Amino acid sequence: MTTAALTKKDILVESLSQLDFSNEPTFAQELRSKAKEALNHLDFPTSKTEYWKYTRLGKIINKTYFVQNKNAVPQIDVTSFTIPNLDSNIVVLVNGYYSDELLRIAPQSGVTIKSLKNAIQQPDSFVSNKLGKIAKAEKEIFIALNTVSFTDGVAINIDKNVACEKPIHVINVVTEKNLIANTRVLVQAKDNASVKIIESFVNLGGAESFTNSVAEFFLSVNAQVEYNKLQNKEGESYQISTEQVYQEANSHFTINTITLDGTLVRNNLNIDVDAEGCETNLNSIYLGKESNHIDNHTIVDHLKPNCNSNEVYKGILDDNSVGVFNGKVFVRPDAQKTNAFQQNNNILLTDNAVINSKPELEIYADDVKCSHGSTTGQLDEEAIFYLQARGISKKSAINLMISAFIKDALETITIEALKNYIDTKIETRFTK
Amino acid sequence: MLKIKNLHASIEDKEILRGINLEVKAGEVHAIMGPNGSGKSTLSAVLAGREEYEVTEGSVDFDGNDLLDLSPEDRAREGVFLAFQYPIEIPGVSNVNFLKTAINEKRAYHGEEAIAAKDFLALVKEKSALVELDPKLASRSVNEGFSGGEKKRNEIFQMAMLEPKLSILDETDSGLDIDALRIVAKGVNTLKSPKNATIVITHYQRLLDYIVPDFVHVLYNGRIVKTGGKELALELEEKGYDWIKSENVEL
Repeated sequence: MTTAALTKKDILVESLSQLDFSNEPTFAQELRSKAKEALNHLDFPTSKTEYWKYTRLGKIINKTYFVQNKNAVPQIDVTSFTIPNLDSNIVVLVNGYYSDELLRIAPQSGVTIKSLKNAIQQPDSFVSNKLGKIAKAEKEIFIALNTVSFTDGVAINIDKNVACEKPIHVINVVTEKNLIANTRVLVQAKDNASVKIIESFVNLGGAESFTNSVAEFFLSVNAQVEYNKLQNKEGESYQISTEQVYQEANSHFTINTITLDGTLVRNNLNIDVDAEGCETNLNSIYLGKESNHIDNHTIVDHLKPNCNSNEVYKGILDDNSVGVFNGKVFVRPDAQKTNAFQQNNNILLTDNAVINSKPELEIYADDVKCSHGSTTGQLDEEAIFYLQARGISKKSAINLMISAFIKDALETITIEALKNYIDTKIETRFTK
Repeated sequence: MLKIKNLHASIEDKEILRGINLEVKAGEVHAIMGPNGSGKSTLSAVLAGREEYEVTEGSVDFDGNDLLDLSPEDRAREGVFLAFQYPIEIPGVSNVNFLKTAINEKRAYHGEEAIAAKDFLALVKEKSALVELDPKLASRSVNEGFSGGEKKRNEIFQMAMLEPKLSILDETDSGLDIDALRIVAKGVNTLKSPKNATIVITHYQRLLDYIVPDFVHVLYNGRIVKTGGKELALELEEKGYDWIKSENVEL
């Protein structure tokens, strides 16, 4: 531990200290003070830390940020961030605050979508039981930072036997330069409940901003949750996001991570599959350009028997961009009859693009089916010429091949309009 | 339609084509024969626009356009079609999707509207029947898991879909059994019209029993050393390429 590193942490903590949480109920204050205590013992990881080996945080931690106060949140237009042809409930987080003005929610019995800050104030809400239960501050400095200082977020609860009719689209936007936004999402799907969520992380003039987000998902028996994370912060921008998931029996959890832009993006996915009959899907498409650095770390922990997990991560790295994939699957001694599949495929479009890929399996049970694999290559020049020889332009040929490459990673997105939106985004990226 | 004049081409500084002269008119079928290494495949690659080959001298005129000046895709859009000796497998790209893109890009190039989905499907049905290609294969990934014969039939199917002015069949007979050969030839013959032309590149006379050429050219050492009617192919079959080689020792 060096004094310089300490100073960086101190500077960051100092910038967050003007936030006042003194009117929060006891449970929340305790949570925050525990996290503060944890923060005292944690430090920013260096490349010597195995978990952060390929990602240097200098770009994020060598900067000074400011936080926004609720009353200074600007009026903005978010229509450019909505998904065309999608009828959804829309929640907007601006610079870390839940915007009542931009809210578009169709009320449905059994479905609660609330500002996390408001939900904390209500003692009967599920929040007091669940917040911080699985995203543990003492485990990771960025979880601790978030817990100490999250300004707001979204609390979603789906009651027993209720299917949330419309997808919930959370637009997480930053509008100010050098801003740090700590946001938090808490999702609970009770027995037989189901919900589809989209969270977009975007920028509206928020250059060099840092979004540190944490999401916790609790799935009860037979619950089904699909979470689609769309990372598209243009320009110089930083994002670290942590998703912590807890699955009970026969539940289905799907997370699709689509990273289209970002100077430094780090995703930490941690999924505990703690009961039988569960299904877990983790898919991702990440497109790197310029000097983007996109790091995906995933952990699926199979604790109980008869569960399936599938992971397909596909990267296309252009220019000088760097990708990191570390997928870890644990199969614990109890978790017999686990089927766990993991694959990471990458296309490097230039000689300077880099991928660090590390699929890992740790198996302690003896009756399981598990596989993992990683490939890295280039677009097949022969195939491009073949398509050109049929009258297809080189750009369209590349586009056709890229769509073919990523197709299976998009299969678990069940919101058709979102799929089309992503297809179009990718297509315009490679035909321009 | 096609006028090749004194065409020289090399790859990695090795000259392969050493002055090809060839004129192909609409309605004609030309066969180009020659021993291994004579430059047959290089000629087709240069005409299709492969970048690895460098044209060092000469010209190729295609219906008034300088063919060598066009990108590979524009050559195809102008009506040049190359049936590959070794068709490429492209996993994940469906045959149908790829052909639709190709047809629509060609149409856009000529200022025409995109093909209607219904018309496209009707066309797929009609043309796949022509080469007896299982319609199921049309929706599969391009050439992936196709047998050798299916790949070659798929080439002719694509040719039928794209309706080129000039088709160049590069060793389309290689790896085909007699039945597949017959099917491929039938496809080519059905597509023949007074408006289009075909260049058949082959090693053996066998294919020319089914696709009857108007002219046979013998390529040797990068030059056309002999031109004749279809009987030249039979003569070659009988005497072998050594006959040509001995006549051209000075080359």
